[in-house]
Parts: sequence; C-alpha cells; structure tokens
Amino acid sequence: MTWTPDQPIISVKGVHKSFGDLEVLKGVSFDVMKGEVVCIIGPSGSGKSTLIRCINGLNDIQAGSISVEGIEVHDPALDKLALRKKVGMVFQQYNLFPHKTALENVMMAPLLVLKRDKAEVEGTARALLKKVRLEGKEDAYPGELSGGQQQRTAIARSLAMNPDVMLFDEVTAALDPETVKEVLVTIKDLAAEGMTCILVTHEMGFAREVADHIYFTDRGVIVEHGPPDTFFTSATDPRTREFLSQIL
Amino acid sequence: MDLIADLARDLADVAPRWNFIWLYDPVTGGKILSGIWMTIKLAVACLIFSMIIGVAGAWLQGSPNRFLRAFVNGYIQFFRNTPPFVQLLFFYFALGQFTPVVTAPDGWTVQPIISNVGWAIISLSFFAGAFNVEIFRAGIEAVPESTREASEALGFTRTQTFRYIVLPLAIRVSLPALNNNLVNLVKTTTQAFGIAVPELLYQSVTIWNDYPSAQYPTMLLLFVVYIVLVGILVMGMNRWERQMRIPGYGA
Ligand SMILES: Nc1ncnc2c1ncn2[C@@H]1O[C@H](COP(=O)(O)OP(=O)(O)OP(=O)(O)O)[C@@H](O)[C@H]1O
Ligand SMILES: [Mg+2]
Repeated sequence: MTWTPDQPIISVKGVHKSFGDLEVLKGVSFDVMKGEVVCIIGPSGSGKSTLIRCINGLNDIQAGSISVEGIEVHDPALDKLALRKKVGMVFQQYNLFPHKTALENVMMAPLLVLKRDKAEVEGTARALLKKVRLEGKEDAYPGELSGGQQQRTAIARSLAMNPDVMLFDEVTAALDPETVKEVLVTIKDLAAEGMTCILVTHEMGFAREVADHIYFTDRGVIVEHGPPDTFFTSATDPRTREFLSQIL
Repeated sequence: MDLIADLARDLADVAPRWNFIWLYDPVTGGKILSGIWMTIKLAVACLIFSMIIGVAGAWLQGSPNRFLRAFVNGYIQFFRNTPPFVQLLFFYFALGQFTPVVTAPDGWTVQPIISNVGWAIISLSFFAGAFNVEIFRAGIEAVPESTREASEALGFTRTQTFRYIVLPLAIRVSLPALNNNLVNLVKTTTQAFGIAVPELLYQSVTIWNDYPSAQYPTMLLLFVVYIVLVGILVMGMNRWERQMRIPGYGA
C-alpha cells in the first residue's frame, strides 16, 4: 500500500502488547495526520513509552496493526531500516554516544546508515547544531554538556536522518526546570515547521500550547482524547479528571 | 662492550657458578638474541590473534543463533578450564598429525604445513583468546541497553552498532582486565619451549645444558628480559588507555 498525504501518516489500530504475562497495551488505536503534534499523557506505567517504542519497532506487538507512511510495522518481513529512516526518536536519558563529540553524534547515522558524503553531512550537522542553539559545542563530548544541551544534541542527531515523524519520550523528565524550557523551545520550533510529532510528556502547559490532539492513557488503554481546549477543560473520564487535578 | 666482556670473563674465573657466558661468547650471545627475537614474534602474534579471537567471540556471543552461542561457550569452557601446556602438546602432537605436509625448500624432505612455531601461536592465541572473550563480554554488558537502542533507532545494523558503539565503549571498560591477561600471555609464551620452539627459554636451556656454569646467570637474564618485555607491553597498554579516555566520561 502506498501512502498519500491525505491518509494518516501514522495509524495505530487495536494494538496489544504484553511482556510475558503482563499486558501493557490492551487495544490502543489512534491516527496522526502529517504535520500534527500529538501528546500522550497518563500515569506512570500506563504504557506510554511502550506505545511509542512500538511505533518505531523497538518493541514488537502481539495483535493489531501499526503503519507509518504505509510501512506495516507489525509485518514480520518489516524493513526496519526503511522504517527508521522515516521515524526519529528522542529518549528521556538522551542516550548519546559518550565516546563521540556532539558533531560526531549527529554525523554518524547519515554517514553509516545513509552512506552520504562526509562533507555534505558535516555541513548539515553543523547547521542542525546551530538550529538547536548549540553553536560552539560541536567538539564537546556528551560528558561535557549539560542535560539540556545533551538532549538538544540528541534531537539534532535524530533530525540528521531527515525523518518525517519524531517521537519524544518524556524528553524533559530528566532535566532541571531551567533547562526544560530550552528543550521545549526546540521542539516547539520543530512543530511550527510542520514536523509530525508524537510526544509523551508531563509538561501540561506545553502540551496545551503545541498539541493538536491529546491522548490520555491509563492501564494500557486510551481513556480520553481531544483537542487541548476541550481536553483540559471538559474531560469526562473520572481517571483523567483525577490525573489532571493532581498535575495541574 | 669489550670492557663488559672482559669483566664477565674474569668473573667466570673467580666464581665458576656465575659464568655470564653470553656476554663474551658470540655463539651463546647470538642464541640469546635469536631467542629474544623469537619470543617477541611469538608474543606479538599471540597478542594480535588472541584479541581478534576475543572480539569475534564476544560478538558471536551476542548472536541470535543459539548454536553459535553454545559453540563459543564450549570453546571458552575448554580453553579456560584445561592447562595451557597440555593444550599446546595436544595441538602439536595430536592435531599436528592430520595437517598436510609440503616439500621443504631443499626439495628432499617433507615438513608439516604448520610448524611448531605455528602451533604455538595457534594454541596460545586460542588459550588467551578464551579469556579475552570473557573480558570483552563483561565490557559489552557494561554498555547500557539504552545506548544500543539509540543506535538501533537511528537505523544502525547489529554489526554497525557493535563496531561503532558497543565495542569502543566495551574496550574502555575491559582494558584493565585485558592488560592482566595479555601480561600473562607474554609470560606463557615460555611454554612453547615444550614443543622445541627456539624462543628465549629454549635457547637458555640449551645454553645451560652445554655450560652448566651459565645456569644461574641465564636464569637472571630470563627475569630481566621478561621484566622489560612485560614493561613495554604495560606501557603501551597504559598509553592506549590514556588515548581512549573520553573527556567528561565516567571512570
Ligand atoms: N522490557 C520490559 N519488560 C517487562 N516489562 C516491561 C518492559 N518495559 C515496560 N514494562 C512494563 O510495562 C508497563 C508500562 O511501561 P511503560 O514504560 O510503557 O510505562 P510509561 O507509561 O512510559 O511509564 P512512565 O511514565 O513511568 O515512563 C510497566 O508496568 C513496565 O513495568
Ligand atoms: Mg515512559
């Protein structure tokens, strides 16, 4: 099936995922259109990370289907490389390569995976680091960068693969309050440029501002969803209301 | 030089058990030098091959193929739990029988395609390699799963992740243990004496069989040479460790 932009760029249908006996996702469905920003919120352990890890094939699923630009992620014959060229992922713990400088971290995947020309890759990488406001830090190792700087390097590293979709898994959760903002600004810029984003986040103010749609997960299902204004003001599900009352 | 030779000669006259013969006799001197050279060649070859075996084995241990993993584990168990000297004898005498022979350059005699030096290198490399696999494996396990996932998410293949991410980080963790094992390997090359490889111990023994008066001095020489060789290795390893140090990165 070839994907056309009028179809959802990501389509998740009835996804079930278990780790052994523990069923973590119990039939999750949602669609994301190109250029949309979707936030997933919900209590700890409700399966948010698992869900977005399933989208780029880091976790496999037991039932249901996930397609990304027409690539069937659940297909046993999945071309993982094709999928990963389309989907970038940023992790809570940054997960930079500690033995490579910021610039090298950004350059590695285009060089090794896309086999692109080195001079061209370096130019793009420098531009990306500039874009995430890390000019001058090109030659610093991750251990020499602050948490926020590391996370922005990680975002640049993902962007270097020129993905169509970005997945963010609580990317500000490990940061101190002052540096949270610099990372959120970077993500907001991306969203404004039209990047399709799925964000797992606890930053409600941010979700409200950037999201087109918010999903609330609890115990492996989506219990409530809607655009931010209705979601935050008139949630009907009691679990969502309780969660929002604790966090807002 | 002549002064030292004269001194050694005089000492041999007054103290008959302390005949530093290789200091004034060119034949025994030459034997010592060729023994040292053979020891260095043995050690360098075994260091290189044992590291290659260590890296390859550690890589195979992470393979999804159960039989490959079992094979590597079997290899480690065998070489780690049996005496290296017996391994050497077995390789040379038992396996050596089955290797093809070629005609020697003289055109008359035949010789096995793998010489005793070859068997010593093979046997010692596999012995030290078994430990290297374990050492690298420990280093690999110290690399966080999340780092591996990040490279997977970027589209790296399993081989690329290993080669560019896991191995460089694992080696840094493994260096101290690797250091110990390689030091042991250099000392263990003396076992090649058992299959008549003309390395330093072998040459020393032939010297003191011919000149019992040279036995103690030659033993002292053995200590000195190994202290120097191991010292060079350790210096090299420390230098490597310094070069690999990452600014701002733990340990
Ligand atoms: N690899 C795994 N093996 C076994 N259980 C797992 C694994 N990964 C996650 N789980 C379990 O699945 C459940 C959901 O985990 P998940 O990380 O998706 O939650 P989350 O919503 O992201 O929570 P948090 O907000 O704390 O990050 C948890 O109970 C967790 O213990
Ligand atoms: Mg999570």
